[in-house]
Amino acid sequence: MTPGNRKSVVRVAGGQGFWGDSLDAPRQQVEGGAVDYLMLDYLAEVTMSILQKQKERDPTAGYARDFVGAMESVLPAVVERGVRVIANAGGVNPPACAAAVRQMAARHGAADRLRIGVVTGDDLLPRLDQLIEAGHPLRNMDTGEPLSMVRDRVLSANAYIGSAPIVEALERGANVVVTGRSTDTALTMAPLRYEFGWGAEDWDRLAAGIIAGHIIECGAQCSGGNCLYEWRSIPDLANVGYPIVEGSADGTFVVTKHAGTGGRVSTHTIAEQLLYEMGDPRSYITPDVVADFTTIRLEDVGPDRVRVYGIEGREATDKLKVSVAYRAGFKAVGTLVYSWPDALEKAQLADGVLRERLDRLGLKFDRVLTEYVGASATHGPLVGTHPDLPEVQLRVGVRGQDRAAVERFTREIAPLVLNGPPSVTGFAGGRPKVEEIVAYWPALVDKRVVTTAVEVLS
Amino acid sequence: MKVRMLDIAHARSGDKGDTANVGVIALRREWYPVIAAHLTAARVAEHFRGMITGPVERFELPNLAAVNFLLHGALDGGGTLSLKTDAQGKVFSTALLRMTLDMPDSEAARLALPPAPPVPPAPAAS
Repeated sequence: MTPGNRKSVVRVAGGQGFWGDSLDAPRQQVEGGAVDYLMLDYLAEVTMSILQKQKERDPTAGYARDFVGAMESVLPAVVERGVRVIANAGGVNPPACAAAVRQMAARHGAADRLRIGVVTGDDLLPRLDQLIEAGHPLRNMDTGEPLSMVRDRVLSANAYIGSAPIVEALERGANVVVTGRSTDTALTMAPLRYEFGWGAEDWDRLAAGIIAGHIIECGAQCSGGNCLYEWRSIPDLANVGYPIVEGSADGTFVVTKHAGTGGRVSTHTIAEQLLYEMGDPRSYITPDVVADFTTIRLEDVGPDRVRVYGIEGREATDKLKVSVAYRAGFKAVGTLVYSWPDALEKAQLADGVLRERLDRLGLKFDRVLTEYVGASATHGPLVGTHPDLPEVQLRVGVRGQDRAAVERFTREIAPLVLNGPPSVTGFAGGRPKVEEIVAYWPALVDKRVVTTAVEVLS
Repeated sequence: MKVRMLDIAHARSGDKGDTANVGVIALRREWYPVIAAHLTAARVAEHFRGMITGPVERFELPNLAAVNFLLHGALDGGGTLSLKTDAQGKVFSTALLRMTLDMPDSEAARLALPPAPPVPPAPAAS
């Protein structure tokens, strides 16, 4: 592998932590100071199924549309200053995403300045039956059940793919790389691997790149956002700085943010983010490497600068994780607010009335859940006894296979305002909405059956 | 001496399917051994009794002065299936920090652990 150039430090900026994150962050990241790469992570576990539904209605849809606007906002930096963009915005339709970006660039007379690398091969939906027949049961990692149990309800199925195709796109001169279900962490590791020429078995450095990716994949959640440690003193969250990794060839890196931005980067903010969604810290499994989070060392090396070093990794497994989304029934959640005095007791009485009515109607649900927001919704029985609260929100959710039953439940909330306990308000939002549940089915598949492809459009 | 976890640690939590993870980090590095020694899986399971349906797993990260807990069966099915306000386990972090440890006075004094404030008289139940 030939490094693209010989930078001693490569700056990868995180500009999006999920689809729906700040619209301004991508531009702020390329305009607030020097960066070499802009990394944009759009995909959460259920995002692929939403995109798949969109693609079924419109074959040119199925990607994160926000990305086109983000690309427009950073276009000058890409075409004039050589910033490269790497994003998993392609969703279930990376070619359509690339086409939309080209169209946008053409409007600015810059289509010939973009070389868009398109990574495909993660989409297993068209091959699903063939895979199952060939002896890949795609068992649910939590329950052990084979995918055939829900095959007829599957909406999308994507393998999490690693850094190799992104590296290839960069080698072939792409200045924008659009992928489907790449792992979030590969989006950051790939440019470091490419720039520094790390080999496919350079486990420690690959692990370092993955951990750099884990730190910045949730945007500002590592730079002062959602940070519990000394949260009152974190400055200027309205202008929070998104994170930047300054990577070195030896696998060490510094996490920082642009000067003049709010938020904070410290060993505490980084430690919190490292533990986010953590399983067994010794085995953070990715397609490229198994990273060991117990080897990470953090050091404050300046204001809003944390050095990360000491990281070790080991050989990757021969499996890829697969994210399958399937239809799993319907749900609805209704809320009402009860006020002082005795707000909780009134809400409890209303819940009893509601449940009795649902019973009398003969409605069957897989689950009915009542929470008292303001009293015990999130910390449940840990809270103990309450003072006489000023208000309590009654929040009742139902889920089941029968859409009509869930629909009927949504008609039983409003009547309580007039025919239930007193001091009730907070119904301005109208009747609850019935939602189809698209559930997540995590599985593993042999790596060898997934082949990625890279096309560079110029 | 009683010591509140809230006074010696910070935390972040997240989800993986129906499992919530809670990473607990010592506020000061010298307090990590207290957490490592006293914050056992059994104690955490006891704390969350009635809130989770599965077992508790525990992993130490001495390098980060942290312990990671996996609380299985915490999220009413998890992800989009869950009907909970906290379907993604985002505030199991502070739920864990409600725990109180019983520390020998000598050790608490040696490490300058902040004592838990006196418990106010319980208000009348509503």
